[in-house]
Amino acid sequence: MEYLSIIFSETYKILFLLVPVLISVAMIVWLDRRIWAFVQKRQGPNVVGPFGLLQSLADALKYMFKEVIIPSSSNKVIFILAPIVTMTLALISWAVIPFSATQVLADINVGILYLFAVSSLGVYGIIMGGWASNSKYPFLGAIRSAAQMVSYEVSIGVIIINVLLCVGSLNLNDIVMAQESLWFVIPLFPMFVIFFISALAETNRPPFDLPEAEAELVAGYQTEYSGMMYAMFWLGEYANILLMCAMGSVLFLGGWLSPIDLFPFNVIPGAIWLILKILFLFILFALVKAIVPRYRYDQLMRLGWKIFLPLSLTWVVLTASFLFYFNLLPTN
Amino acid sequence: MKISRIFKTIFMLDFLGGLTIALREFFKPKKTINYPFEKGKISPRFRGEHALRRYPDGEERCIACKLCEAVCPAQAITIESSERADGSRKTTRYDIDMMKCIYCGLCEESCPVDAIVQGPNFEFSTETREELYYNKEKLLDNGDRWENVLAANIKADNSHR
Repeated sequence: MEYLSIIFSETYKILFLLVPVLISVAMIVWLDRRIWAFVQKRQGPNVVGPFGLLQSLADALKYMFKEVIIPSSSNKVIFILAPIVTMTLALISWAVIPFSATQVLADINVGILYLFAVSSLGVYGIIMGGWASNSKYPFLGAIRSAAQMVSYEVSIGVIIINVLLCVGSLNLNDIVMAQESLWFVIPLFPMFVIFFISALAETNRPPFDLPEAEAELVAGYQTEYSGMMYAMFWLGEYANILLMCAMGSVLFLGGWLSPIDLFPFNVIPGAIWLILKILFLFILFALVKAIVPRYRYDQLMRLGWKIFLPLSLTWVVLTASFLFYFNLLPTN
Repeated sequence: MKISRIFKTIFMLDFLGGLTIALREFFKPKKTINYPFEKGKISPRFRGEHALRRYPDGEERCIACKLCEAVCPAQAITIESSERADGSRKTTRYDIDMMKCIYCGLCEESCPVDAIVQGPNFEFSTETREELYYNKEKLLDNGDRWENVLAANIKADNSHR
């Protein structure tokens, strides 16, 4: 009985986190399409619900009633598993994101490592889907995606090292608390820019959406998917984007801290600040999608390996030297 | 690489310029319309759904000359005619296969009495194919329904013919 009560209370907590995340994923898809449309002077989805807010739910309903087609030559088990893996991995990472000093599902001491590991695993869903489809476009898309995500993960890892040098802890709440006086976006601004661009590549967003470049690869690894399985890929992708925005706000924008420690601002709960920061980053994501043309594949690789990696490595050396010279290294 | 180019690349000036343009366009009025709720302007020459018109006294205009049937490049029109009790020649059958029709407007142009016309309506999609085989009754009904607009359109375009 004791186990049962623990399971129930944990499930309750998880649902309390996941349901808002899933709803916000639906809303964010709407926001993305709307921003994209507005930049192009279109209206965007504005019919279903107020301002078209329920458009994503209508789409989800449509996907639910569509037939799921499994290609006869596909590896069926892996084919079905791939969208599940993508979505699960995109959702489990939310466990460590702190919404305030106490509101965090799993306050583990290697939070950032967990986050990084899970977001690296995300490539498995894509490569499984591409391989199991047994079709040329999904396969090419999956290979591209794998190469791209691995390349940019390297520079994200090095950028995280930069932040960790300043914090001295892998716990996400400690990282937030370390930014109480100064958000890391100010001293580490170049790293923030590189992180943002790498996050675009990591989540296969334009201008790095080569895995699903429709002119060459139909829809990349999603080509053979239909119905709810396609919707799950899609949900996972947007959940991943939200997660990257959350990661960016925790690492650089002070997480749930209010921008200034003054009366009207510091009474607003931390969760609201975090959501606002995530939204800010997401709007940037959406604007970038609207204005930037797609990269060529060799340019993408050059940017990742020849520019971002050396730059972030140099910055690690600079940060470390600076902290060491001025005796600012965190001690705990 | 020139120094200015390197400077531009490092500080991403081109990207920031694009971003400001995007933000400026963001708040400008939209060029598209809310289609089902508001509709764009349609020229008097618009070639939409067909209609057979009548004279003001209720007599159908069509004299069964079959010029439209002859000119139709898609052979979508089928006409049969016979002599009526008062000695005038009238159609007994006037069918248009709306799926064959290419909306070229030649039928309208060939008609000596302005009987067959293409109206401004383009929202006549159906759920079955059968509904798109228009017969005389349907076409005359269309003519009655759209007569005001059709007459106005023909009048507006008259000086250009």
